[in-house]
Amino acid sequence: MTVMPAEGLFSLMWLLIALPLAGAAILLFTGRRSNSWGPYLGVLSVCASAVLGVLLLIEMMGLPTEERAITQVVYQWVFVGDFTVDLAFQLDQLSMVFILLITIVGSLIHIYSLGYMSHDPDKRKFFGYLNLFVAAMLLLVMANNYLLLYVGWEGVGLASYLLIGFWQHKRTAAAAAKKAFIINRIGDVGLSLAIMLMFVTFGSVTFSDVFGSATQASEGTLTAIGLLLLLAAAGKSAQFPLQAWLLDAMEGPTPVSALIHAATMVTAGVYLIARSNVIYNNAEWAAMAVIVVALITIFMGAIIGSAKDDIKKALAGSTMSQIGYMMLAVGLGPIGYVFAIFHLVTHGVFKAGLFLGAGSVMHGMDDNVNMRRYGALRSVMVITFITFMAGYLAIIGIPPFSGFWSKDEIIHAAFERGWFIGGAAVLAAGITGFYMTRMVAMTFFGKKRWESDVHPHESSAVMTIPLIILGLGSTFLGMALLFWGDIKSWLEPVVGYESEPTPLPTTAYIGITLIVVIAGALIGWISYARREVPVDAPSGNWLTRAARRDLYGDAVNHALVVAPTNYAARALVWCDARAIDGFVNGSAAVVGGLSGRLRRTQSGFIRSYALSMVGGAVLVLLALLLVRI
Amino acid sequence: MTIDGELVVFIICGGLTVIGALGMVLSRKAVHSALFIAMVMINLAILYVANSAPFLGMVQIIVYTGAVMMLFLFVLMVVGVDSSDSLIETIRGQRLFGILFGVALAVLLAGGIGTALTDKGDVGLDAANQEFGGNVEGIANLIFSDFLFAFQATAALLITAGLGAVILTHREAWKPKVTQKELSVARFMVGAGHPGNKPNPGVYARHNAVNTPAILPDGSLSLDSVPEPVRSRDDSLIIDHRVVSTVVELVEGEDQN
Amino acid sequence: MDPVYYIYLATILFSIGAVGVLVRRNAIIVFMSVELMLNAANLVFVAFARMNGNLDGQTVAFFVMVVAAAEVVVGLAIIVQVFRTRQSASIDEPNLLKY
Repeated sequence: MTVMPAEGLFSLMWLLIALPLAGAAILLFTGRRSNSWGPYLGVLSVCASAVLGVLLLIEMMGLPTEERAITQVVYQWVFVGDFTVDLAFQLDQLSMVFILLITIVGSLIHIYSLGYMSHDPDKRKFFGYLNLFVAAMLLLVMANNYLLLYVGWEGVGLASYLLIGFWQHKRTAAAAAKKAFIINRIGDVGLSLAIMLMFVTFGSVTFSDVFGSATQASEGTLTAIGLLLLLAAAGKSAQFPLQAWLLDAMEGPTPVSALIHAATMVTAGVYLIARSNVIYNNAEWAAMAVIVVALITIFMGAIIGSAKDDIKKALAGSTMSQIGYMMLAVGLGPIGYVFAIFHLVTHGVFKAGLFLGAGSVMHGMDDNVNMRRYGALRSVMVITFITFMAGYLAIIGIPPFSGFWSKDEIIHAAFERGWFIGGAAVLAAGITGFYMTRMVAMTFFGKKRWESDVHPHESSAVMTIPLIILGLGSTFLGMALLFWGDIKSWLEPVVGYESEPTPLPTTAYIGITLIVVIAGALIGWISYARREVPVDAPSGNWLTRAARRDLYGDAVNHALVVAPTNYAARALVWCDARAIDGFVNGSAAVVGGLSGRLRRTQSGFIRSYALSMVGGAVLVLLALLLVRI
Repeated sequence: MTIDGELVVFIICGGLTVIGALGMVLSRKAVHSALFIAMVMINLAILYVANSAPFLGMVQIIVYTGAVMMLFLFVLMVVGVDSSDSLIETIRGQRLFGILFGVALAVLLAGGIGTALTDKGDVGLDAANQEFGGNVEGIANLIFSDFLFAFQATAALLITAGLGAVILTHREAWKPKVTQKELSVARFMVGAGHPGNKPNPGVYARHNAVNTPAILPDGSLSLDSVPEPVRSRDDSLIIDHRVVSTVVELVEGEDQN
Repeated sequence: MDPVYYIYLATILFSIGAVGVLVRRNAIIVFMSVELMLNAANLVFVAFARMNGNLDGQTVAFFVMVVAAAEVVVGLAIIVQVFRTRQSASIDEPNLLKY
């Protein structure tokens, strides 16, 4: 793959990042002065980025396939001996997809936030943080080397921390922000170690250099890099075993959950592995580890999503599960990369729509997130209901909604690898059908279970228009990308694509999947739409109870990490207080005590001093005589 | 060891100096100490003479026994004759270690210097004294030649010491001196008390001793008639109650008449 | 007679003086003890002058007397002054220079 220098319109690609970054800087540094116009500026900067992104896409589609990877060096960033890192951007088909997803979905969510956050006193700060996030995320996907990617990676982590804890007066929100930041840090250590290992192995951290010489490195090294990158991806994308932060992250405002914790940031891990495809193609075990992690996460997310009564947490579980699908696809290798990105895009759109829909419902229900207090909202919130249904049909994979095309391709690719992986993917799709049907049934169908003083209403246009656009996207984006956009051949130059034969014809797999999904949906419908939903949650079976507690993720973390750390800290405190302080204080006390005793000799009595003089004289005499003798 | 005159003198005077020194340290009253040390000084003067230092012997008597010791006694009078020490030692171990160190010092000095100097010869000063015609002349020669600078320095030292003593004991007068006229005026001021002579002790009393208070015409006792130092001593007043009652009866009888 | 006996006598007097300084609290008696120690030193000087046939020792003893006289004047003035302020001649009284 050759990389072309940036010319013409492409020389403006730095503006993609600079616009939201400037927006963030203005909003955050001008303070209260920009309270009135700041939010609009924030929306405008992201929309401008989105327009520029679309223009760049049109420009790129005009280029021949082999010239579509374009790089722009802004300046030389690090130069130490032979090692140089440029602050340089790489615009290719993969980053183009991400740029469009980030800027367009980001714009919609920014607009939606104008309505959702209209009454918040810190609205300006919120938009500043959102702009900062968009800039950092664009930096992440546009970097042409791992070090710059790491900057963006940390940037989104920071923005995520700030936005989860946006309502920091809530203790739970502050704690969730810290939890997300700390768990992400574990992944970040993996990424930084991977970058160091790359530097040691290849002498460079630029994508083209690393991928160009990847085949010359030993498989052990590549496996190590791959596993470290997987650790990073697991942290960012809330994959097992670093999944615990995502559910708590729902403490943030709903637009944040839609943008960061559904559509974009959490997919950065998928991007990282897809971008590093050359490494995984040459490290079989690392790819296998990706598949294992992905399968565990798919089921964890799905089970958690099935048990939560909090609509946002149920959606968060679903996000985990869907990102698990993407990870599964990237783990499958060249047969899956394309579909991982495909599913990432469609998921980004329909999950953003679902989250914004959930936000709209919460907005109407006085910020109550308990689905057991919803019910029969379909006639009250018509637009929200219709767009939510579009997202629902997309996520469970009913044709012709967009999720069907992408998820079906992943399941098919999984069957290309083997029966077990494919079967697991199909089973998880069935659970997806169940929990999404449960959510829809509890929210929009059944009987009213509202609190007495709640008066649900449809949200304002500034919130519903993004919902409609995302609903349309949930419906048609899959077909558009697959048939009109031809995403396979679009992404193939970057991530590669190959197909393996399967024992059964493709339609058979589609049929099996659809049957399982519909079966899951029916179970959900019978359990939650036909039957009365109790307002107080029944105790449920052991799996439900476990899922309500995030499958004991926090308990495990506590037992394995927090408690030992606490004990170690306490032991160190003890050591510090007793041993080190004891030694220091003890020596001080000894000196002090001795000084106190010695001080007593200064009695002020002349005769005492005279006595010591005479004693000294006697000693001197004694010494003199002894020497003489 | 042959017994010669010097030995006899040494034994007598040396013994007396040691006794005097011990008496000085051991006596409770400072006056006794001063007398003991005067005895030491005189005996030392005799020993100086015995050591063919007649000039120093005289100086010792004149300067030490005459001037210095009298100064000591004078100061003792100022400070208080009866300011005898309490014999209880307040600093723990001071007396024990003091005596211990003192004995050690004596033993070590005597042992060390004594053994080093025993039978190292006795040149005698006859030759040195003969050189200028006598002991005083010899010393004078040294003082005004080799020790001239030290001699003049001691002159400055003595002047400085005298001035220092004057300055140390000087007290600044904060108020103008009260004249006799002012004292007389103050005596007759209202509230200044009895302006006339105080009654003599022993008036109307059987005794006329100084510690017998006078009895006033109304039969009461006048403590003013007894001098203050006597009055302040406990149980020193002699009061004859029969005389007091007789006076009271007489006074009452006169009233009835 | 061997003049070393004077040295023995002087050491005894000196030690008694030292003990007097150490055990007595009356400042005047302490001062007398110091004088005793000076006199013991003078006795040694005189004895040494005789042993060496040299008048230097006697001259130094003379100077010691002069200096002792000056010292007595200043020392007694200090005692009087201390007595005036503290109404006591005990040398344990002025013990402000302590811990």
